[in-house]
Amino acid sequence: MTGFFTDSTLCIGCKACEVACKEWNDVPEDGLKFSGNSYDNTIALGHSTWRHVKFVEHEATIGAGGNAPRLMTWQFSSDVCKHCENAGCLESCPTGSIVRTEFGGVYVQPDICNGCGYCVVNCPFGVIDRRPTDGRAFKCTFCYDRQRAGEQPACAKACPTQSILFGDLEELQLVADARIAKLHANGMTDAKIYNPTDSSVGGVHAFFLVRGDAREYNLPANPVVPTVYLRDAWGAAAAGAAAIAAGALVVFALGGKKRMKNAERRT
Amino acid sequence: MPGLGTSFGRGGATTAQQDLANADAILIMGSSMAENHPVGFQWVIEAREKNGAKIIHVDPRFTRTSAMADYWLPLRAGSDLVFLGALINYVISSQREFREYVVHYTNAATILREDFRDADDLGGVFSGWDPETKTYDPTTWLYEGAKPEPAPGMDPKAGGHGKDRGGESQNDEKPRRDETLEHPRCVFQVLKRHFARYTPELVEQACGIPRDAFLEIADVYTSASGPEKTGAICYAVGWTQHSTGVQTIRAASILQLLLGNIGRPGGGIMALRGHASIQGSTDIPTLYDILPGYLPMPVAEDADLHAYLKRNQSPKGWWYNIDKYMISLLKAYYGEAATRENDFGFAWLPRLTGDHSYFAYSFDMADGALEGLIVMGQNPAVGSPNAKLHREGFGKLQWLVVRDMVEIETATFWQDSPDTIGTEVFFFPAASHVEKEGTFTNTQRLLQWREKAVEPPGDARSELHFVIDLGRRLKARATNAARDAGLRALTWDYADEDADEVLREIHGSPHIKHFGELKNDGSTYCGCWIYSGVYDGKNRANGREPRGRYGHGWGYAWPLDRRILYNRASARPDGAPWSERKALVWWDEAKGDWTGHDVADITRGKRPDYVPNDEKGGDEALPGIAPFIMHPDGMGWLWVPSGLKDGPLPVHYEPLESNVRNPLYPERQTNPAAQAFERDDNVYASSPDPRFPYVLTTYRLTEHHTAGGMSRTLSHLAELQPELFAELSPELAREIGVANGDVVIVSTARASIRARALVTTRMPSLDVAGQRVHQVGLPYHWGPSGLAKGDVVNDLLAISEEPNVRIFESKGLTCKVERA
Repeated sequence: MTGFFTDSTLCIGCKACEVACKEWNDVPEDGLKFSGNSYDNTIALGHSTWRHVKFVEHEATIGAGGNAPRLMTWQFSSDVCKHCENAGCLESCPTGSIVRTEFGGVYVQPDICNGCGYCVVNCPFGVIDRRPTDGRAFKCTFCYDRQRAGEQPACAKACPTQSILFGDLEELQLVADARIAKLHANGMTDAKIYNPTDSSVGGVHAFFLVRGDAREYNLPANPVVPTVYLRDAWGAAAAGAAAIAAGALVVFALGGKKRMKNAERRT
Repeated sequence: MPGLGTSFGRGGATTAQQDLANADAILIMGSSMAENHPVGFQWVIEAREKNGAKIIHVDPRFTRTSAMADYWLPLRAGSDLVFLGALINYVISSQREFREYVVHYTNAATILREDFRDADDLGGVFSGWDPETKTYDPTTWLYEGAKPEPAPGMDPKAGGHGKDRGGESQNDEKPRRDETLEHPRCVFQVLKRHFARYTPELVEQACGIPRDAFLEIADVYTSASGPEKTGAICYAVGWTQHSTGVQTIRAASILQLLLGNIGRPGGGIMALRGHASIQGSTDIPTLYDILPGYLPMPVAEDADLHAYLKRNQSPKGWWYNIDKYMISLLKAYYGEAATRENDFGFAWLPRLTGDHSYFAYSFDMADGALEGLIVMGQNPAVGSPNAKLHREGFGKLQWLVVRDMVEIETATFWQDSPDTIGTEVFFFPAASHVEKEGTFTNTQRLLQWREKAVEPPGDARSELHFVIDLGRRLKARATNAARDAGLRALTWDYADEDADEVLREIHGSPHIKHFGELKNDGSTYCGCWIYSGVYDGKNRANGREPRGRYGHGWGYAWPLDRRILYNRASARPDGAPWSERKALVWWDEAKGDWTGHDVADITRGKRPDYVPNDEKGGDEALPGIAPFIMHPDGMGWLWVPSGLKDGPLPVHYEPLESNVRNPLYPERQTNPAAQAFERDDNVYASSPDPRFPYVLTTYRLTEHHTAGGMSRTLSHLAELQPELFAELSPELAREIGVANGDVVIVSTARASIRARALVTTRMPSLDVAGQRVHQVGLPYHWGPSGLAKGDVVNDLLAISEEPNVRIFESKGLTCKVERA
């Protein structure tokens, strides 16, 4: 199984990943709007932004660069679809448009998507989105076509500082473990791995190394796939159904006796 | 790059970006390398991650480079030289110089003349200053006993790029030296006195950097030098685009020589060039003051080739060979028509009669004195300082030719008032870099061949196609008049579009291996001597098989594929490496030659103990320990005896517009040799000027390309930075009642523009000599066309000229900001 490991302590915020993604996948413009939000004008992942570099800005301190272990000033982190093991989008898709690929990625087949939008509300990371001009839902394809051809995804290929690593998921986890140990040894104790394996998404194919609070990078502390409620819901539904059935039987049984009585009376 | 040229001998980065990975400390200043050179920045990260190298960024703003650095110091724009001067003073006063390197490889020991007077003695100017002509006579700067030789670089007509080469004085004499460095008139002692006033306290006063913060950085950077360690410096136009730009780079050169960081792995000065092949465009120049390979352009007084060579030839050092290179160039130009009898056609070359730089032309254009203009690869309507003056000037031309990939503002300027502008504009669609073949020469002197991937669309053509065709048409119109003799003689038998053929001509005669085989008798030709070797039977620029530590085999670095210049200095005087860890090139006694990881920057087989032959000239007149072979004394120049128009040592002057008094020389506010060209369409604020209380600095963003022609037109890039913004501190924003995202008006003495406010602590206000200094930052990519539109930031700038290279000042001026 392949995956991404994105290390924000190596990211220079150049956005080459965003551009390479758009070039390769022919993703259209996502609006020409000045946000005033640091150097981030694409703001979030969406129907036409499949890689997004988040700029987390704190107060600058004279003397301290961004790599100073004690102070976090300006962090960049390239966000992407997490390709969850329990993918809310996939599980909620009624048409079968969203499928799991042989590389472990979650892929939207655009020729099948009918634009119902169930996937949009079911993604715990706010990744997948419907394109208003088209109606269908779009997100990162995990560069399925490139992976089929033995190539790494365009974003990882374009990254000049190896902030985005692509490869075997288990090997990447070893890389990440070594990296976090080194950073901690250097005193950068606010660095942490974001890899929500224990949450309802049940593991991801894109995990991150960030400094400070992961939520600042639009990475929720406990991502919840709405479909986890399905078991309970089915249970409740079953219980409800059972209760209804039982009620019906009782009514039927009682009613039957009444009918019997009535019948007896008639006779 | 005369700052590097006069210090070391060659006007190019001394190192390669890959070599930054070997550094133990990297000082980035005058550059946001991570933003503007993101690909090369990977080796800075590699140094940080693999060697634990400390990355230091000194910049008015906390940029994407600061974000990757271990240390960031904000300074007042325009005070860089104070900071560097204080580092030099720190090194000398705490005896941190690399003594053995300094004694043997620099001119520290050389004794200077008695009649030299420092700027400290004369209120901010050196001896030799003529206030009438506003020029220096460099005679008193010479080494003691040196005969005043012709100093072609000091000619007011000559631009600075002729001094990208070192070596125009110190020709005959063996200068007296004191290797104890104690003699009061030796360079080292003069240097020590000169920089004594550049203290941590002055840094606090002039730069706004707290004293302790400076001292911490000084310790970090200078500790990473010596036999076992090296530090590198990276700079870009944040240093050059000042009225003191060249001397700022000189200060960095002095610092690196004192620390023994030149010619060694992980050391050096990385001059980061702004975009593709800018280094190439000075090597094979688009400049008025040099010919290919940094051969100075002849001046009007050069009656014949002999006079030219007499003025420019050094008896010692590599420039002894200038006759071979000049005559081989003339043979490349004129072929059979160039003969010994006609001076190889020297008379057909144009001559300098004054300042023919781009800005001189700009004023001519504004004054209606220019008939026509061909613009290629540039968008001056947006990208040039005082862009408004340029746009108005275009309207006074009879014709204007613009070649570009998109219809840039320079081609559409007339659309604002088509009824009053008579200029006939011709737009030629141009092929992009993937639609034509040829070479780029990148920031580290590396020629890399690129192939044509696709055919250009429609009528778009390459520059090569255009220029060859233009040359043919001009030649066809050549008359029998004497002034057309050169045009008639010019060899111009190129195929339609064959870059390989051009590269072969640049290399020179097919039988030569490299420039060492060029002759002065007309039997060889060569289009650019420093590139000679690039096509010794095969196209080395097209090499795609890197090997070894420096990737030899991938592309070709001039000269002779040397990746680290002056690398003789990576070995001790006796030829052994300074240390195992920092070994690069060393003498192999068994082989009787130099060996190592790079091509040695010394004549092959020249022993480290070689004693110069006084009977001979050129390289044979230099000893085997000399690493700076272009210089007539073979030394790195802490002191530049001749060649710089504003002094032998760097001096801090304030920017041409500044609200701060020069703390060193209150009576000499600005660089006396700089030119302001003050006129109605190029006015200045006074210094100080209460109308313009803030410091303005301009820069680029990763997301856009210079004047925007290649990025504002592409949605994938335009959307990333869709609008012009001004970065300002929360403190200034409060003071003027502006909130983040508001529209503000930024004004200078020249113009007013609108921008969105980006309020951030990354652009801090500073305490400078009792004043609170607010700084405003503007990226300059926008213009009225394309997908992302905005006002033209360069309208705010003035056209001024630094005395050596005639560059303008964009990095430190004064402005006003108010809410729109």
